[in-house]
Amino acid sequence: MGLKILTEHINVPGIETLEVYRKHGGYKSVEKALKTMSPEEVVEEVKTSGLRGRGGAGFPTGMKWSFLAKPEGVPRYLVCNADESEPGTFKDRWFMEKNPHALIEGMITSSYALGANTSYIYIRGELLFVLRILEKAIAEAYAAGLLGKNILGSGYDLDLHVAPGGGAYICGEETALLESLEGKRGNPRNKPPFPAVKGLFQSPTVVNNVETISSVPWIVNNTGAEYAKIGIGRSTGTKLISASGNINKPGVYEIELGVPVEEFIYSDEYCGGIWKGKQLKAVVPGGSSVPILPAELILKTAAGEQRLMSYESLSDGGFVSGSMLGSGAFIVFDEDQCIVRNTWNYARFYHHESCGQCSPCREGTGWMEKVLHRIEYGHGHQQDIDLLVSVAKQIEGNTICPLGDAAAWPVAAAIRHFRHEFEWHINHPKEATAPGAVYRGQLDAVTA
Amino acid sequence: MAKVTIDGIEIEVEDGTTILQAARKIGGSVVPPAMCYYGPLKGSGGKCRVCLVKVTQGSAKDTRPMPKLVASCITQVQDGMVVENTTNEEVLNARKGIVEMLLINHPLDCPICDQAGECSLQDLSYEHGVSATRYEEERRSFNKVDLGPYIQLHMTRCILCYRCVYTADQITPERVHGVLGRGDAAEIGTYIENVIDNDFSGNVIDVCPVGALTDKTWRFKNRVWFTKPMDAHRDCPTCSGKVTLWARGEEVLRVTARKDQYNEVEEFICNTCRFDKKEMNDWTIEGPRHIDRQSVISANHYELPVINVPIVPNLPTSTKKNLPQH
Repeated sequence: MGLKILTEHINVPGIETLEVYRKHGGYKSVEKALKTMSPEEVVEEVKTSGLRGRGGAGFPTGMKWSFLAKPEGVPRYLVCNADESEPGTFKDRWFMEKNPHALIEGMITSSYALGANTSYIYIRGELLFVLRILEKAIAEAYAAGLLGKNILGSGYDLDLHVAPGGGAYICGEETALLESLEGKRGNPRNKPPFPAVKGLFQSPTVVNNVETISSVPWIVNNTGAEYAKIGIGRSTGTKLISASGNINKPGVYEIELGVPVEEFIYSDEYCGGIWKGKQLKAVVPGGSSVPILPAELILKTAAGEQRLMSYESLSDGGFVSGSMLGSGAFIVFDEDQCIVRNTWNYARFYHHESCGQCSPCREGTGWMEKVLHRIEYGHGHQQDIDLLVSVAKQIEGNTICPLGDAAAWPVAAAIRHFRHEFEWHINHPKEATAPGAVYRGQLDAVTA
Repeated sequence: MAKVTIDGIEIEVEDGTTILQAARKIGGSVVPPAMCYYGPLKGSGGKCRVCLVKVTQGSAKDTRPMPKLVASCITQVQDGMVVENTTNEEVLNARKGIVEMLLINHPLDCPICDQAGECSLQDLSYEHGVSATRYEEERRSFNKVDLGPYIQLHMTRCILCYRCVYTADQITPERVHGVLGRGDAAEIGTYIENVIDNDFSGNVIDVCPVGALTDKTWRFKNRVWFTKPMDAHRDCPTCSGKVTLWARGEEVLRVTARKDQYNEVEEFICNTCRFDKKEMNDWTIEGPRHIDRQSVISANHYELPVINVPIVPNLPTSTKKNLPQH
């Protein structure tokens, strides 16, 4: 069993209540930080830990915190990004639902480190039941003097609010989130200025993911140096992985970064192997926005070494032979899954969720979806494959926010690794559109 | 002050200047096109992405190139920055791609569009587009919407540059329209079938880079290149009263704000000047408006006097006899 930092007590009955949470060591980091450490010392511990943002980008958290501008007389804000809605990603929802006080503890400790006296948990509007769990836990924390004025007699004040969003994927992008939190339409802002300089209400703001913030208490309690010992290389600590798809045990797993991908897929501790003993076909290792990898590349790197569950190993060789750890949404496809259909499905999602602010994303996502739809339903032309590659290239890197990249990468990667499957759909439309048909490597071997 | 080099031409500009503004100071071909950026409107820019440029050197201190193309209208210059616009293949390819995207849902109805001849997208397509599109799916279309007595919205032509939204937000007291919906289903609309009827609402027509918002008092009256633009002014209690009159003969067909070479208004004007003052007597004429020679509007505007050359028909004698004698 690997080390559990976030989920050690997750299955303890009543852990969602303050009483049980405190019995299991909850809120110790608040006491330690507020009474024995300066905010700078907390930031330093987080820097030492090597903790990277768990929302997807993997930017070093301590460094992000140190960028926060500290002008005199201007409030600072910490905003927790709990707007989780990427296909395949469900770790934060599960974690908040099970252990809300862990996030609140992290919010208090992190807000203290950043000098924020008002903080927000921005949560996806559909997750009303989680919002109510959080609100109940926050009320308990206020009653126990862990929130509000003069927390635990330390002289530090913090107000914590939960803000439900309108339910758009783009509101998970940090600047769109801030716009939404300010009560406006959730459109991404042009950067610079970055939120660390001008964020919420034009004030310096840090936006961190649920898992990132929830990891801070352990770091404060056990030191950043101890945290840095966990994991591998620059991928320190543990990571929640939401595993789904054709595996025997879908769910959320906490892994020590550096676990071999093969072990994660096949061991009973994690995914428990491919469903019904079928062959592994492909994996999307970090959420639908990251490039898909075929079986031979998900288990081994370009150099033939064992692929590990870490930021570096999964991105080995760039997108030609690698992908990204992203948000840790590990989606597994067995031999019976159609890559074209799956790619179209993702494209459909990004088309629907594009905010429409910038031209390449607004028009390009819809264009890709329509071409993929055509191919999937047997009306594609041979030149459509190159057209898709070209449109993806026109979107990638040319948009205001990363949604354009998120839409383009899966399409480009699917064609890069499964071009033959797209060609089969185009050249054999009748077979490809038969119910349950899937390409199996030979044009005549069609399973219907 | 910061020194910036754009397409090999160096210029010194004030700190905080954007790449686009620096390029405009140089002028000519180094100026990136702009569809959504509009100088007088705060916060505009960064959306259409046609002004993307390559920064091959971030600054004198940090000589690394910027990893992605950047929107020149919102990126501030740094001392020692080196920018490539028309000299960079990556930029030209990206721009070509964006023009193609913008034209996916924009109808090529220039022959019947009131904006023809004054359309930024028309110019952009001419300079950076390709002759054929690869898009073969169904296109987005909308019914025309009357936004009050003076403005008609052709949402089908809209490229969602947000300029009219910023205009309504920043220069009119009551904002009643904005962007509704998401992605390529997004549209400019009024809240609860509202009309845009405040005294500065007509300016949304001037800022529209395409023919999405049209002046109902001018629609289908004439083509812009058949009219004669004249600078004129009047003593207006609401606005500066400085306008351009677009007349044919003695008839004033349209009144607009005066625009600079980048199609940005110099001063916003009120609806009274724009829609209600259509008589020559209402105005003090200052003289002809200078129109850039490259613009289609300059067609038919001869600055040299026309010399009447006598026409001597070379007809057979038998025919000449039958012609009326003067």
